[in-house]
Amino acid sequence: MTDKRGEKQEIRVAGFGGQGIVLAGNIIGKAAALYDNLNAVFTQSYGPEARGGSCCADVVISSGTIHYPRVTTPHILVLMSEDAKNTYLGSITGSCRILIDEDLVNLQDLPEGSDLYKIPSTRIAEKLGRKIVANIVMLGFIASVTDLISYDSMKKAILASIPKGTEELNLEAFEQGYQYGKTHYASTG
Amino acid sequence: MNNGAVLTGEHFLNGDVACAEGALAAGCNFFAGYPITPATEVAERMSRRLPKTGGIYIQMEDEIASMAAILGASWGGAKAMTSTSGPGFSLMMENIGLGMMTETPCVLVNIMRAGPSTGLPTLVGQADVMQARWGSHGDYGVIAISPASVQEMFDLTIEAFNLSEQYRQPVFILSDEVVGHMYEKLVIPPAERIHRIERRKPEKRPDEYVPFMGEEDLVPPMACAGEGYRVHVTGLTHDEMGYPHMFHTTQERLVRRLVDKIRLNADKIIRLESDFMEDAKVVVIAYGCVSRSAREAVERARSKGLKVGMLRLITVWPFPTKKLRELAGRVETFIIPEINYGQVAYEVERCAGDRAEIVQVGIMGGTVHSPEDIYDVIEEFAQ
Repeated sequence: MTDKRGEKQEIRVAGFGGQGIVLAGNIIGKAAALYDNLNAVFTQSYGPEARGGSCCADVVISSGTIHYPRVTTPHILVLMSEDAKNTYLGSITGSCRILIDEDLVNLQDLPEGSDLYKIPSTRIAEKLGRKIVANIVMLGFIASVTDLISYDSMKKAILASIPKGTEELNLEAFEQGYQYGKTHYASTG
Repeated sequence: MNNGAVLTGEHFLNGDVACAEGALAAGCNFFAGYPITPATEVAERMSRRLPKTGGIYIQMEDEIASMAAILGASWGGAKAMTSTSGPGFSLMMENIGLGMMTETPCVLVNIMRAGPSTGLPTLVGQADVMQARWGSHGDYGVIAISPASVQEMFDLTIEAFNLSEQYRQPVFILSDEVVGHMYEKLVIPPAERIHRIERRKPEKRPDEYVPFMGEEDLVPPMACAGEGYRVHVTGLTHDEMGYPHMFHTTQERLVRRLVDKIRLNADKIIRLESDFMEDAKVVVIAYGCVSRSAREAVERARSKGLKVGMLRLITVWPFPTKKLRELAGRVETFIIPEINYGQVAYEVERCAGDRAEIVQVGIMGGTVHSPEDIYDVIEEFAQ
């Protein structure tokens, strides 16, 4: 494994409103900027709906200065809905790691040069008793199968971002996502 | 100040929130506003933070009242702020004029979105530049600052307060949706390291105080309500005592001083960031979010050997006329990318005359230029 964290990395997390997509992007950015000592810019786009509309969180991470804040061609694309897949799969050029919630996204034709990582993140969250931590399961999975953010930094950023009293649930969600990645994709990342 | 107003440490926040924190660090203790995308987060943060730091937050019925409220608060001795976006900025224009005429220190944050009218409420624009300069009727001087990062939203909001206190007038933060909504690391220094300027108070006794007599820098010391001075405050043309005086000679003295206190102090107020200028034949001029794309484009062009420089306007107003006139003598082309149809470009044209070519790279709103958009134009003119 080569450490790519010094180069400019672009990550896009997309799904629908209510899945915690924006919070996930925020946590990734926070982990990089505050705990991994990198530069990070997090931007978001969402529709006028509070829930159910399409939703996208973009994070640019680099050891150097980040000028242009937008993601153009993601190196890591996290998809948590069919709509998100239809909208953002086309933004990939070249090598990209695609992470999906396998129960919510049906991905048959993989773009050339990309690798697919599948996790039933919402199902895992439901088994933990709260569907809303599916995003945190996904963050664990991201820390596990990519070299974008270290395990410790992601964990710290989660703890710094969630409501008091939910630490146990969120850390368990993070841990399960992380372990799922280690178990199913042991040779990568 | 040890009331929790300065959140010393490292944070990961968006530009709107950083702006609110900058205001608190500057000593802001009064905020009146009306929520509007994409400036709502400024008000939201202030509504949570001000009550805990001993300040006052009021949500007003609209932007007209918000602007009036901060003027009143300032005369009550507060450091006051409001935040808004395009449609609200339009509504504030009348009372901005009142603030200019009565020389009332305060800060107005405009997180620009695309207009005219309701336009694109959630998407970026930069088309209020000329409105910030000329929006209210009559002549007055303007200070407008355009941050390009989350850190600058904090730092330059402090600067805006300092300038408003120093020059006794409303000062604008002219930011945009991209900078307002993006998240980056923000480092807040210890409270004792934050430089704060407070409005000058009269040193004379109340019976000798002339409330609208400018000092050497043309700014009059300000006595606020409850400080033992008698001050008459009016939007009518007033003499140095503050009383209405409907004569052209009084108007002449007053309005010249209002304009000149900015115009003659412009060199002290203007802040620019200038890079790669030594041998530049082409110079890109940008501000706010677009300056980030421009910077990337310029660096890429430099790495390919193109002789291009970068001038970032940190203060958009007062305009750096002197600097632009000087550059126009040795630069062949100015490229001005901005999210409007040529507002700063118009100013550059005014300064350069026919001594340099002016290339507008306008987007009408809703998105920011990509570095490629700007690079392509540089390549065309710098070859």
